[in-house]
Amino acid sequence: MTQYFLSVHHDEAGAAAMAELTEADMQRMFTQVGAFNTRLQAEGAWLFAGGLMPIEQSTCVDATGERPIVTDGPFSESKEYLGGFWIIEAADLDAALAWAAEGSRACEGKVEVRPFQSE
Amino acid sequence: MTIEQIFREEYGRVVASLARRFGDLDVAEDAAAEALLVALERWPAHGVPPNPGGWLTTTAGNKALDRIRRERKRDAKHQAALMINDDTPHEPTGIVADDRLRLIFTCCHPALAPEARVALTLRLLGGLTVAEIAAAFLVPETTMAQRITRAKAKIKGANIPFRVPSATDLSDRLGAVLAVVYLVFNEGYLSSSAAEPLRDELTDEAIRLGRMLRTLLPDEPEIAGLLALMLLTDARRPTRVSGGELVPLHEQDRGAWDRELIGEGHALVRECLARNRPGQYQLLAAINAVHTDAPTAAATDWGQIATLYSHLQAIAPSPLVALNRAIAVAELDGPEVALAEVDRLPLTSYHPWHATRADLLRRLGRSAEAREAYGAAIAATANAAERAYLTRRRDQLGS
Repeated sequence: MTQYFLSVHHDEAGAAAMAELTEADMQRMFTQVGAFNTRLQAEGAWLFAGGLMPIEQSTCVDATGERPIVTDGPFSESKEYLGGFWIIEAADLDAALAWAAEGSRACEGKVEVRPFQSE
Repeated sequence: MTIEQIFREEYGRVVASLARRFGDLDVAEDAAAEALLVALERWPAHGVPPNPGGWLTTTAGNKALDRIRRERKRDAKHQAALMINDDTPHEPTGIVADDRLRLIFTCCHPALAPEARVALTLRLLGGLTVAEIAAAFLVPETTMAQRITRAKAKIKGANIPFRVPSATDLSDRLGAVLAVVYLVFNEGYLSSSAAEPLRDELTDEAIRLGRMLRTLLPDEPEIAGLLALMLLTDARRPTRVSGGELVPLHEQDRGAWDRELIGEGHALVRECLARNRPGQYQLLAAINAVHTDAPTAAATDWGQIATLYSHLQAIAPSPLVALNRAIAVAELDGPEVALAEVDRLPLTSYHPWHATRADLLRRLGRSAEAREAYGAAIAATANAAERAYLTRRRDQLGS
């Protein structure tokens, strides 16, 4: 078994679409993602999952120097940022890709699949 | 057969069988190389064993086990491999054939970059060296080595399975496999290399892979189609270049075409027609069957060719297909109609587009424009034989 990080990324292009989401849209996605999570748990693939608060609520800490420096905002100034994720366990990449396809349909966004280091 | 030839022939099988057993491509490749060293040492003195493939697989398997024991890696996969008591006999069919099929689908997994798929397939199934693959695709050897190393690391790290996809995924995945084989063939048939117009070792390798796929999945019509396409194209190879110059289809000496390959290709096309599940490779094969059926260029059934290109355009539309259809239209309805179609296509950076325009303009007597189009075509290709042909055509134009 391999552990995979399934991440959902948001970008500026999608931001406009996100701003236009209605209450009903949000509700539909919550329901879809909820059902997907239940399936992950039922099949023993679920390890952890979470949706993240908006990128504006990020804070960066750098303690590589003498004393920690705390700054407001995300690490990278890129247009893309992590919106949420699942951590799953799957037999192989094909199984993980099948879960990712289901997750992508549920959250209505692209999902990146990345394996964890094995040890 | 020399030891090197035997090894080349058996390499894909040995690596595929070890990859299945140990789940690790590096272990499989290193062990195969070690087995070759033993063979080179032993066979000249003791003779080639009756089943060289089986001997190589067994020896390579033992070498891999030795190495794993020596390194005492804690990797769970390696530990598991030590426990597998694999006595699978080495046979040309059955489970070993499945191993190669598994390996080719692994090499062509959609999670790998397309250029890495080609390189891995040639390396692991064809046994080509990294230097050979780099030369074929005109990239520095270090670049190709990195590409292969990165792809192998992804297979291992992301746990890409050594598996033939399930029936529901098969046609998607098979598409990637066939695309890789066809790419290898095309690179051999009209090389992008300036030095060599034809690369026989690549067309031969692609046909070998095509035959292997057909043995492994005999019921897939697109495999039969691709194999037929390659055979019918390859049958014309002996007449394709003359005096360092590319010879176009209508000028080729049809008597020198390889009748055996044509016969085999035609039989495959008939088989596809009987199945009636047309796909792009089958249609391209059918088009080539029409060409190779005609005793002279003038006797070519252009109506049928245009119809087949229309079918192709319906299932796999592309400006390239439209360009080829226009060439048939030129024979049916004249160069003026064809030129109008060609001029609409967004292919200005593609040398066959310029070459087609040049030929149509020449036939319409528009010499100055034709000359310009030949110039553009010459500038857009690196293939020396093709440049030589286009240059002669250009210089033959009256003013």
